Amino acid sequence: MKKQQYDAVIVGAGHNGLVAACYLQRAGLKVLVLEKNPHIGGATTSISRYENFTYSNCSYVYSLFRQEIARELELYKFGLQVIPYEGGAQIIKNADGSYDSMGTYWHGDANRREVERFNKRDATAMERLDRDIVRQCKFIKPLLMRTPPDPTSFKPRDLMELLYLGQRFYGIGKQRMHETLRFYTMSVADYLNEYLENDALKSYLAGGATVGTALGVYSPGTAYVLLHHAMGDIDGTVGAWGFPRGGMGSVSKALNDSFIASGGTVRVDAGVSDFIVEKGKVKGVKLESGESLSANLVVSGMDVRRTFNAIDPNELPKWVIERAKHFRFRGSSGKINIALDSLPSFKGIPANSPCMTGDIHISQSMDELELAYDDWKAGKWSQKPYLDILIPSLIDPTMVPEGKHWMSVFVQYCPYKLAEGEWNETRKQAFGQHIVDRIARYSPDFKDKILHMEIRTPKDIENETGMSEGNIFQGELTMDQLIFNRPIPGYAQYRSPIAGLYMCGSSNHPGGGVMGAPGANAAREVLLDLGKGK
Amino acid sequence: MTNVNNQRPLYERPILETAFYPSYKHLIQNDQYEEWGGYTTLASFASEGQEYFSVRNACGVYDICPMLKYRISGSDAERFLNRLMTRNIKKMLPDRVVYCVWCDDNGHLIEDGTLFKFSETEFRLCCAEHQIEWLLDSAIGYDVDIEDVSTDIAALAAQGPVSCSVLKKMGFSGVDNLKPFQLAVFSQLGFDVMISRTGFTGDLGYELWVNSSDAAALWEALFEAGKSRGIRMIGSTALDMLRIEAGLIMVDVEFMSCFHTVRHLREKNPFELGLHWLVDFNKGPFIGRQALLKAKQNKPQRQLVGLDIDWNKQADSALIYDSKDCSRQIGEITSALWSPVLKQNIALAFLDAPFYEGNKSMWAEVYLHRECLWERKVFECRVTPKPFYSPERKSLTPPEDL
Ligand SMILES: Cc1cc2nc3c(=O)[nH]c(=O)nc-3n(C[C@H](O)[C@H](O)[C@H](O)COP(=O)(O)OP(=O)(O)OC[C@H]3O[C@@H](n4cnc5c(N)ncnc54)[C@H](O)[C@@H]3O)c2cc1C
Repeated sequence: MKKQQYDAVIVGAGHNGLVAACYLQRAGLKVLVLEKNPHIGGATTSISRYENFTYSNCSYVYSLFRQEIARELELYKFGLQVIPYEGGAQIIKNADGSYDSMGTYWHGDANRREVERFNKRDATAMERLDRDIVRQCKFIKPLLMRTPPDPTSFKPRDLMELLYLGQRFYGIGKQRMHETLRFYTMSVADYLNEYLENDALKSYLAGGATVGTALGVYSPGTAYVLLHHAMGDIDGTVGAWGFPRGGMGSVSKALNDSFIASGGTVRVDAGVSDFIVEKGKVKGVKLESGESLSANLVVSGMDVRRTFNAIDPNELPKWVIERAKHFRFRGSSGKINIALDSLPSFKGIPANSPCMTGDIHISQSMDELELAYDDWKAGKWSQKPYLDILIPSLIDPTMVPEGKHWMSVFVQYCPYKLAEGEWNETRKQAFGQHIVDRIARYSPDFKDKILHMEIRTPKDIENETGMSEGNIFQGELTMDQLIFNRPIPGYAQYRSPIAGLYMCGSSNHPGGGVMGAPGANAAREVLLDLGKGK
Repeated sequence: MTNVNNQRPLYERPILETAFYPSYKHLIQNDQYEEWGGYTTLASFASEGQEYFSVRNACGVYDICPMLKYRISGSDAERFLNRLMTRNIKKMLPDRVVYCVWCDDNGHLIEDGTLFKFSETEFRLCCAEHQIEWLLDSAIGYDVDIEDVSTDIAALAAQGPVSCSVLKKMGFSGVDNLKPFQLAVFSQLGFDVMISRTGFTGDLGYELWVNSSDAAALWEALFEAGKSRGIRMIGSTALDMLRIEAGLIMVDVEFMSCFHTVRHLREKNPFELGLHWLVDFNKGPFIGRQALLKAKQNKPQRQLVGLDIDWNKQADSALIYDSKDCSRQIGEITSALWSPVLKQNIALAFLDAPFYEGNKSMWAEVYLHRECLWERKVFECRVTPKPFYSPERKSLTPPEDL
């Protein structure tokens, strides 16, 4: 085994691994990042798959990333530029077969007037819904960059942290305490039903609450996922989303460049096969190539299952192995990136409408969304899936050749395990074709414009990023897998049962999304243990 | 005349023009546009000073089309409104208007507005923020119809000492008999004009309500009658000066509707705004009653008051301290004005207890931008009764014939 050259080894150059690496390197450690792929970024990449087109291959929109991390790591200096998108449209099929769309507008009054066309009451109710979601965001946001307390521990720090949680909770007042307690256990459908009447509007909002989660809109717990997508902000506008210029890979690239600039080292094509553990202490990592590297401090950016699978079971308590095994991933999302010869049109959306620059949705009702979930349960991709369709090149022309466009299509639901058999090329193409056909129903000129497609099933996502079962969040975001339950009760503070082995991926609090918080929190805990903590 | 821009699709032109906009468009001199409630409105047409004085001196006209108007009708209309409002609506006579506020179950203020009573079964609520969801949800179990008639009805406020004379000249005979907060319908112009003796300026004044299709004709008649009497369109800057002198509160300035507050404890109850007189606990149940009863047991921790500030520089957004060294903050100014009619430096301010009562001395910290340099000044100020300005003509019936 090679002599220890680095103070810390980070496994996986996902955005969280890179965030942790940056903080440790900046704190004076000598840090090495090992990435199994030939490229960095994990689920946060911009890789060209066709001529001069760049896709955001997995994640495609930015909002959740913590401002303080971006500032501290100087990501804006290293080229990160985020452009908020405005607009968005829900295509509506009228009873007479004609099409319309309900647009989303940045301008509050315009937005209200647009909803008024469909339901006068909902137009005002939307404002109250927004208020209540922002209230929940305000409550949860400060917790994102804090290590969750262990509720069973009597350590002063855990007690203080529990007290902090309790004070925040009591501080919001009686009525909001009641609302919050209900909110965290409700289904998104029930939650929205308390505000809105219009089915299309509800489905527009609800779809996002099933993203990355093998639950339906009527499943309890999905209201939280709605919040998970609303708690980000861009330049202080809560709930706003944007495109990093050059695609999501720009986030990883800025992190990488910041890391390198502070003296860090990244090795790609360097997959880790095992953590070397002796007597409960981490001693280094073994690479797939057979090479071994010694290190007393290792931080895993892989998900919890993969992390514990790479440890000799002799070194782990039985229950931890079991918990890691039962951590729910249940991949349920697909992604299709499409290079287009020119801008397609959509039924019901006027050609020059600014709504085209936002997210376009075609699901017609809550029941349709629930049926989409039923298909997943039966091991099939949804006949009528929830599709989050965006054309980022309308805002960022640098990703495509002049006059061309690219379309990002997020698909909910697509199963990890198909009932009809293993995923193979034929089935993958059939899945892609089905989505293309679905979109073409609402965009008749779309098919003719397709130049290239990158089809990604949960299996592909798993193969590329290592996210178990292709779950986009490194594990579902349900109450039993959040805060001090994430990833494993008792090990929710970025530490593992192995001394010197830490975890920084999205399997940890506060969970998935391009947020950076698990990485930053993990680094803080490492530094605390090294006596370099703040 | 039509509102050409209103014909364009929403995504090209998200802002609407009011029913009167084509009529007064030619009077816009300095393009001080301001969006209000999704409409193009004006901060000023030509000169805010002249516009302000037109109301205190002659007749100023303000376009209030963007206000929301709800028709509330049905056999339970009165019972419903009495449960909605903190005021006793049963005491209202027909053809009257009242100023009122309504709260949520926590006693937090939703909004203030004016309620017009045409009969026991027909009312109209006029306010600045959208309420349809709250109204419909509050009407569960009542035999009442609620309809948003905001775009069907167009309205102008004609305010100032000669406003009554101008209306008489338009042919509205008998309009001088209207007492404050009384309304009547006049048909001399060939269409119905509902006139109420109401306004937001603290002066003699009227509001004129017509079907939107009659808006242009009303405007022409009004400006024809007023042209030799100094009539002017006024913008929101002048109106704001006028309402501050009148001590009237404004949503999103003095209070934020609990429909929009995100932070805990930013909501306000009527007592904190000094609106005790609008809450009637003897009238039976109403929304927020229990919470307000509880709130009433103690004096409010903060209350809105009028301030008189030394010196002559407007104290916008100033923080208030209990001593000249500005070490302990006891309040802040929400609206400030150098009052041209009073020659006095006035403001509306929230003060902590006990400072809002009695004659305690306090200091306002004001930042002045003078010739590209910020200067910090500390001025002494004192609580002073509202309204700051209340001319006799405001309530005189019939008004002086000018
Ligand atoms: C299709 C899709 C769409 C999404 N859309 C969005 C979105 O629009 N907005 C958003 O905020 N979030 C989105 N997400 C979620 C978000 O992208 C992820 O939650 C987040 O990127 C996870 O980051 P991570 O660093 O925790 O993990 P990962 O990105 O999974 O990083 C783990 C890294 O470890 C590497 N690795 C794995 N095993 C090994 C090994 N043995 N040795 C060495 N390296 C290894 C992987 O290659 C990878 O680089 C999406 C995810 C997917 C899959």
